[in-house]
Amino acid sequence: MLEKHPSPNPDPFSPPEKLAVTLVVNGVERRLDLAPWTSLLDALRDHLDLTGTKKGCDHGQCGACTVLVNGRRINSCLTLAVMQDGAEVTTVEGLATDGALHPLQQAFVDHDAFQCGYCTPGQICSAAGLIAEGRARSADEIRELMSGNICRCGAYPNIVAAIQQVIGS
Amino acid sequence: MINFQYTRAGTVAEAVSRMAANPAAKFIAGGTNLLDLMKEHVERPSQLIDISRLPLKRVEETTEGGVRIGALVPNSDLAYHPLIEARYPILSSAILAGASQQLRNMASVGGNLMQRTRCAYFYDTATPCNKREPDSGCSAIAGHNRTHAILGASESCIATYPSDMCVALAALEARVLVTGPSGERGVPIADFHRLPGDTPHLDNNLAPAEIITAVELPPRGFDAHYSYLKIRDRLSYAFALVSVAAVLELEGATITEARLTLGGVAHKPWRNTDAEAALRGQAANEASFARAADVLLRDARPHAHNAFKVELARRAIVRTLTQAARGTPQSQSNKKIA
Repeated sequence: MLEKHPSPNPDPFSPPEKLAVTLVVNGVERRLDLAPWTSLLDALRDHLDLTGTKKGCDHGQCGACTVLVNGRRINSCLTLAVMQDGAEVTTVEGLATDGALHPLQQAFVDHDAFQCGYCTPGQICSAAGLIAEGRARSADEIRELMSGNICRCGAYPNIVAAIQQVIGS
Repeated sequence: MINFQYTRAGTVAEAVSRMAANPAAKFIAGGTNLLDLMKEHVERPSQLIDISRLPLKRVEETTEGGVRIGALVPNSDLAYHPLIEARYPILSSAILAGASQQLRNMASVGGNLMQRTRCAYFYDTATPCNKREPDSGCSAIAGHNRTHAILGASESCIATYPSDMCVALAALEARVLVTGPSGERGVPIADFHRLPGDTPHLDNNLAPAEIITAVELPPRGFDAHYSYLKIRDRLSYAFALVSVAAVLELEGATITEARLTLGGVAHKPWRNTDAEAALRGQAANEASFARAADVLLRDARPHAHNAFKVELARRAIVRTLTQAARGTPQSQSNKKIA
């Protein structure tokens, strides 16, 4: 479907061309037909009913939509689902195994690292990416490399403590 | 976002020919800036040509002793690449001073070069902006211009260019390799971005349908004496009010080579070779650094709300050159400015 030559100027009011997209989400292959402008975030929330990933600003400024794509943390609001065709996506729903919380989820509970909880899925997915990158050891480094995740409740000290617990274990 | 056609390019040649066939198309790689602008209706391409799968993701040494960086290398991979960390540490530092790790994981080197201004009026389609809509007027000149340019601006536009990476690339004298309908060429980084003049809608000197394929670094990496200092409204994840890239070579206490580039103050990374010449042959001390800052800032023209940037830039230049001379570059995680 992607191989055909498009007409250069689509009518902005015409129905969109639907594109076939395959994503492996939390280990499960999912096939979708999506309008080209569908963000990965909207594909997850509106087409796959995975609403754990949150829409905050929708402009890459808050980090609430952070997921792991092929093991790397990204803002799912700033990529098109069709651009990620074939990718492995991990959302907060995919972190727990066999009913046991992921160590980061447990650490966030242990340290009371949230208040309203809206930013938490993004914080936890971002922290999972951070730990995989292996670049953060000190609290300063954690703060800097987590700066793309905003917490309006201001739970930052507890978020840093929760991540430090997992890095240290 | 309005409707658009999505096309995935399999080769650089295909990307160029598709772009040449549709002037209203845009290339998309990381998408972090373009999709944001499309959501705001600032950018309204009729077609997106996805170049993200083109084989332009290598970082390799050149036969001349430099390093060639593929245009699609993610910003984070470049910052952490062993060749860059060891030989061009100011480039790593500048990249890590910008955006967030999620964005750096997505954003490409070529896309960083193509970043558009974050001027609030450019983003606000309800206000005039010569960059967004030629000849509509500039809302910033008589508006809120605290973050705007103090150097090289025009009566048409006082926007700043937002990249940190390119401030370091300018200090390193990188070359941008591009491919277009008439073949390949290399553009010195100093000639890549433009000053606004009376054509602020043009950010750079790319010809129609040209695509960035790589950035080349010359052999000289200034790994001993460098620093990138970024001053902003919060300690992380904000655009620069003023940033300074300084690299030096010293013989004893004497400066033999100096490069000094500023971000956040102009429509492009701001380099002033007179200021660099004022440093060469001088003692590496605060008096020399202050003289260079005076040379660099003598043509500064602030607006109603950004006069503070002139003094901020002066102090940041002296501090960054001091850090570079001492061999104690600014940390991008511990934000204390030593």
